Amino acid sequence: MTRKTVLNETHRALGARMVDFGGWDMPLNYGSQIEEHHAVRRDAGMFDVSHMTVVDLAGPRTREFLRFLFANDVGKLKKPGKALYSCMLNEQGGVIDDLIVYFIDESHFRTVVNASTREKDLAWINRHAGQFGISVRERSDLAMIAVQGPQARTKAASVLPTDAASAALKLGKFVALPGEELFIARTGYTGEDGFEIIVPEASAVDLWNRLLAAGVTPAGLGARDTLRLEAGMNLYGQDMDETITPWEAGLGWTVSMDDGRDFIGRAALQAQRDGGVGRAMVGIVMDEKGVLRHGQAVLTENGQGEILSGTFSPTLGKAIAFARIPAGEPGSVRVDIRGREVPVRVVKVPFVREGQAVLA
Amino acid sequence: MKEIPGDLSFLKSHEWVRVEDNGTATVGISDHAQGLLGDLVYVELPNVGDTAQAGTAAAVVESVKAASDVYSPVSGEIVAVNEALSDRPETINEDAYGDGWIFVVKLSDREELQELLDADAYAELIENEDD
Repeated sequence: MTRKTVLNETHRALGARMVDFGGWDMPLNYGSQIEEHHAVRRDAGMFDVSHMTVVDLAGPRTREFLRFLFANDVGKLKKPGKALYSCMLNEQGGVIDDLIVYFIDESHFRTVVNASTREKDLAWINRHAGQFGISVRERSDLAMIAVQGPQARTKAASVLPTDAASAALKLGKFVALPGEELFIARTGYTGEDGFEIIVPEASAVDLWNRLLAAGVTPAGLGARDTLRLEAGMNLYGQDMDETITPWEAGLGWTVSMDDGRDFIGRAALQAQRDGGVGRAMVGIVMDEKGVLRHGQAVLTENGQGEILSGTFSPTLGKAIAFARIPAGEPGSVRVDIRGREVPVRVVKVPFVREGQAVLA
Repeated sequence: MKEIPGDLSFLKSHEWVRVEDNGTATVGISDHAQGLLGDLVYVELPNVGDTAQAGTAAAVVESVKAASDVYSPVSGEIVAVNEALSDRPETINEDAYGDGWIFVVKLSDREELQELLDADAYAELIENEDD
């Protein structure tokens, strides 16, 4: 059965082209996904991300539990509101999901996980929560709107209650202003500044319409995908899954090994690192015309790899991708596009930072 | 939805063909198809002099979302391609039945035209598809 967010009718009234995304009926675009992409890079756009799974974790041992459950160290979260990006691993070091976790208070953390992984994530969290006495509560009563772009914070603040607006504008990056009626986090998935705002479902349509009136452009999953890829951000299921470790997915920076902490997957990660990681995820840019796509073969001097996320970058005007290739200096790299070997460049990600191309 | 010009014939796979006065046939993709694909960012054109076979791929259009083969509705030698699409593939989004044409075929078998859908039949096809 297809699930709908509380904003479904609103999207349809705006003329959205709807698609099935992990069992959810979601807007792909409202006309032109490239224009929506540029609106986020240059001004402000908004996304309905209510399909994502908000899970509240409560209990005196919540921090201890999350330090065991996540590969990044929740111990880094000192100030209430502070957020952390992490992977949740299985015993083999494979990625069950990637997520953001917010520290609300010592007995209360909130995590936001992917929509497509909801059931297995909840099962995994619940399986381990019992021994720490943690209460796990999925918040399907909440909706979430991401407002992103250089003007996003200003425009969002203009529609929020005065007190909340002034507090929100003072938030540091990756910090949230917790609240049950209004949870405002300075986080996102586009590489731009902005907020992710969580409200009760009953308030979501009104918030969306006020943002629309303030000049924030509705943007769909199409633009969300090109924006996050330009920003060098992984997509679960395409760039990593349960058979891939963070070392192989460009996510080594999110793994905290030096704290001596025991966490699920640690032994496997240690063993893989000690033995040498055979594959690496890299950024790819194609200067020739065409589009890089998931599944295309990548030919390197060390052997073959494949394109993970691939797309046309509206900001750069050329194709970009993540690829997983054999470790080591790849030499000259080509991608097989319908039988034609097209030369590409291996580059550092992100491809775009704060609206500007990072590439030479 | 744009009006479908009455002088076009269609494949079920959303390519159109228009027989010109000089006996050549111009080929493109329908307005409905461009809408499904979304913003086009690349068109792989055939070469002039190539031979198109009815029902087989002769060009590729790529949107941000997906790559899609363009099947030729008719057979014959390709005598012109729309080079302007190399720099402005979005022309297909803007004017699928006009400036967004893709290539021109010198018809080798006019009988093939009988196999195609006329504008009304195509309109009915996409209407049912939307249900």
